[in-house]
Formats: sequence, C-alpha cells, structure tokens
Amino acid sequence: MNAEGLSVVATETERPLDSAGNRVPSGLGLEKPFRWLTGSAAAFVVAALGGMLVVLLVESLPALRRFGFSFLISDHWNPVTDSFGAAAPIAGTLITSVIAMAVGVPMAFGIAIFLNEICPYKLRGPIGIAIELLAAVPSIIYGMWGLFVVAPLFADHVYPVLIAWLGPIPGLGLLFQGPPYGIGMLTAGLILAIMVLPFIASVSRQVLSTVPPMLREAAYGLGATKWEVARYVLVPHARRGLLGGVMLGLGRALGETMAVTFVIGNSHRIVASLLQPGTTISATLANEFTEASGDIYLSSLVELGLILTCLTFVVLIAARLMLAQADRSMAR
Amino acid sequence: MSIDPRIVNHRRRVSRVMMTLCVTAALSALAILTSILIELLARGVGALSWAVFTQPTPPPGGHGGLSNAILGTVMMSGVAILFAAPIGVLTGTWLAEYSRTSRTAELVRFLNDTLLSAPSITIGLYVYAIVVLPTGHFSGWAGAISLALIAIPVIVRTTEDMLSLFPDHIREAAIALGMPVWRMIVRVSWRACAKGIVTGILLAVARISGETAPLLFTALNNQFTQLNMSGPMPSLPVSIFQFAMSPYRDWQELAWAGALIVSASVLLLNVAARVMAARGDR
Repeated sequence: MNAEGLSVVATETERPLDSAGNRVPSGLGLEKPFRWLTGSAAAFVVAALGGMLVVLLVESLPALRRFGFSFLISDHWNPVTDSFGAAAPIAGTLITSVIAMAVGVPMAFGIAIFLNEICPYKLRGPIGIAIELLAAVPSIIYGMWGLFVVAPLFADHVYPVLIAWLGPIPGLGLLFQGPPYGIGMLTAGLILAIMVLPFIASVSRQVLSTVPPMLREAAYGLGATKWEVARYVLVPHARRGLLGGVMLGLGRALGETMAVTFVIGNSHRIVASLLQPGTTISATLANEFTEASGDIYLSSLVELGLILTCLTFVVLIAARLMLAQADRSMAR
Repeated sequence: MSIDPRIVNHRRRVSRVMMTLCVTAALSALAILTSILIELLARGVGALSWAVFTQPTPPPGGHGGLSNAILGTVMMSGVAILFAAPIGVLTGTWLAEYSRTSRTAELVRFLNDTLLSAPSITIGLYVYAIVVLPTGHFSGWAGAISLALIAIPVIVRTTEDMLSLFPDHIREAAIALGMPVWRMIVRVSWRACAKGIVTGILLAVARISGETAPLLFTALNNQFTQLNMSGPMPSLPVSIFQFAMSPYRDWQELAWAGALIVSASVLLLNVAARVMAARGDR
C-alpha cells in the first residue's frame, strides 16, 4: 500500500467497521427519518386536496338540505328572503367558458402551427416566450385592462355594430340585444379567451413538436401544402394531446375569477343577450362572500364553490387522462 | 396523366389563407401583450410617486399610497413560501427519488396536477372554512396559508421534473461509493438540480404575488399598516381590486400604480427564473 493510501486509513480509523472489515457509511441512522419526512410531505399534499372536497361539502350541507336539487335549476337569488338558486351563475360560467373556447382554441392552434411550421427559427424562442409571458400576467391585470381599455372600446365601437347588424336577424339576433354597456358575457368571454390562449398554445406547441419529422417530410414529399400537412398529418397525429391542452384551458376558464369579476357586471338574471351583464360562479363568490350575512347565504355561496370545484376537477381529470394517453401513444 | 392546375391553385390558395390566419393569431397575441404593457406603463408611471411607497392606503376621498398593501403582500407571500418550499421540495423528492412509478406516487402526482390548476377562489373558500371560521376572524395567517396551497403544487411539479432529468448512473455511483440514500439525495441530486429547484420556487413566488381571489376572504383587507399576521391584512392585489372598482379618480390612479408594481415584479421574477433555468442547462 502506498503512502497516500496509508494516510487515508490513518485519518479514517475512528469510523466503525462491520464484520467483513468494511467501513460502515455514516448517517445510516437518518435513512428512515428522511424517507419518512419526504413521504409525509407527499401525504400532506394528498390530505390538502382531499380535505378541500370534504370541507366544502360539509360547509354547503345547510344549503344542500334546504334547497336540494332546485338549487341547480332556480335562478332566484335573493339574500333578503334567503332563497337561493344557482342557475344564473352556473349558466354564466358555462356561457363565458364556451365563448372563451370558441375564440381561444382556434387562435391557440394557429399560434402553435405558426411557431412549429412557419416562424423563422431565430424568432421561435422570443415569440414563444412572449406568448408564455401572457400566462404570467396576473389575472387582476387582465381585469383592469378589460374594464378600462376593452369595455369602453366595445361600448363605443363593437357592441353598437353587433346590435345594428346581428340584432335584427331572427333567432341569432336574440344574442345581440339591449343597450351597449360594453360589459357583459361577451367581453368576459373574450378576456377569458386571451387568458387561456397561452396555456393551450404552449401545450399544443409541445405536442405538435413530438410528431415524428418523417411523417411531415413524407407528406411534403407527396406534394401536400403547409395547411394540408398541418390539417391531415400533424393535428390527427397529436389529437389526444391537443384535446388535453384544450381541456386544461377549459379548466382555467371555468374557474377564473378576477378578470371576469371586473367585466361581467354582476347581475343574477338569465338573459339571452350576450351583451348584457350577467354573473359567473367565481364572480358571485368574489363579489358577495365577504358581505354575506346569515348561515344559509354563506352556505349557498360555499355550495356554489363546491359546484365549481367539481366542474373543474372533472374537466381537469379528463385533461390529465388524455395527456397521459397521448404521452403513452407517443412513447410507443 | 396531367394534374388540373385549377385544383393545385385552389389547394395553394387555401393553404395560404390558413397560414395567414395562423400568423394573424400569433400577431394578435403579441399585440394584446403589447397593449397591456403600454396601458400599464402609460397609466401606471404617471401615478407612481414616493407617496405610493411611503404612505398607507387612503380613506375615501383622502390621499395616500400603497405602502401597507405592499408590506402585506411581501409578508404573506414570504410566509407562504416558507411553508410551501420545504413541503413542495420534499414531496417532489419523494416522487422522483423514492417511489417513482408506484401506485401511490401516481395518485400523488395526479392530485398535485389537479391542485395545480384548481380555481384559486375555491382555495380561498377552503381556507376560509378551515382557518377563518374556527379562529373567528380574517387574518394574514389565513392569507398566507391559501397562498401556500397555491405555491406547493408549482414547486412539487418543477422539483420532480428537475430531479427526474438527473441521470441515474450518477446516483448509482454515489451509492456505490457507500453513501446512504438520503445523503446521496441531499449532496448529489439536490446539489445538481439546485438551480432548477430554485427556478420552481421563483415561479411559485411570481404566481402567488399576483393572486387576488384567495385573499378576498382569508386576509380580507386593512386600511392601516398591519405587522401582526393574526389580524386582517391588506395586500397589493386586493387593494388594486378595491380601488379599480371605486368611482374616485385618484383611487383608480392608485390602482394603476399598484398594477404596474405587481406586473413589473411578476414579470421580472419570471424573467429571472427563465434566465436561471437557461444557465442551469449549460
């Protein structure tokens, strides 16, 4: 043994040896506690989410008992007489989300196709980051922007045109009636579309980039145009992942609060016109919860929250399942 | 066999129109981002002054700043991250190091992803029910807890993603040298992924410092400077909400000043996180 080895042995003589004469690693005693520590952190995450559903359910029991199923179909929301029905906020949540999806999804797909197929390589990074920054802007900023910039613009230039052009059409015209306030379902839906856009676009971009280059090249080799490659090769190949991204965006749109609260107008009436004030579940909670007095009022608001939670969880779980399936089919 | 040129031209035209639409979509997204930034700068910079940072929020009709709201946001976000960072990093570690593909791990991952996109207002409701109702009053602690519940999933996800990118043969090398697993995790895995993990924590800070909805019924608001976290606490986003919805002109200006401060800090944090992640790749 050389001198260097000897000196190492000399400095390490304090360490205990096992029966075979090997050095026992120090710190073995902490093995189990550390594992236990990380495991209990994970258990906490599970408990936090499981607890959420249980707590919301327990707190909404008084309203559930009192109104039962009629809570879902009645649109009477009257704190004075303590009678509550959630039809208006539920309808508002669904209508604004549908508008958001109808506008946001095609735009997001367009952006994803643009970034993957058309954009010059040097610009892909910066433009991608800029669009992801849209996702980082806090929702209250979208709300203020909607209230102070978009709403006046819509009230002066967009709503009057819609009312004049589309209002007289039988059937469809019902959606475009009333005075042009500039706030209402349509404005809220469009702001939501902008907010979900970056989420859907970034998932779609990732999914589209996993399509094998050979498929794309084969299609171009057969003389397909860019649109045909996107429409008949990329999108069908990545459809599960794309759908997962859309569901993820829908989950966001259903639960978004602040941006909607600013521009929805907070009115508990169900009207056909998209240009009139309405409300959503989240906006009702934001506007009324701290001012709610009386157990049944609070409990009804919590039940609204429970409905929203269940709605978004179903959508989000569907999204995760689809994305997981897409991952698996890509791996094959 | 000859190809009808009309069909070819038609296909080309369709393609050109659709591609133009794609470009338009990207350009309009950029235009919207620019419009938001310009609006923030144009209205926010004019409203910024020393008073915004040094004076507390004004009573109706009075003058004031946002100092108490800024302090409240910093305190609540700080406490939230002190809760969330250890829990998030440890959970991410458990997922990536100990139980990668087990059934339980799949469940935890799934629930974490769901919590990641859960509507933040329902998290506010939840914390209202488990903290505000039992203690009987709104408090900065309740606000911090709801922010922590929003931050945890972000940190879990980034920590796990980072750790699972770290190659196994280095882990095996460390264990072959006689390191206990926990020490291998702390001294090898965590050290190698430190930048990525910190990036995740920064992104979580960015996410919670602009959150409004979960604070509405947990921390509530407070017109005065509040250092005691067991009382109602003001925060920048909630003050912005209150002032922007008010009819007074100078309150609305304060809201724009606050909006500029929040967006600037959130965007800076995001850029910082990105720069860090990019350096970590090298």
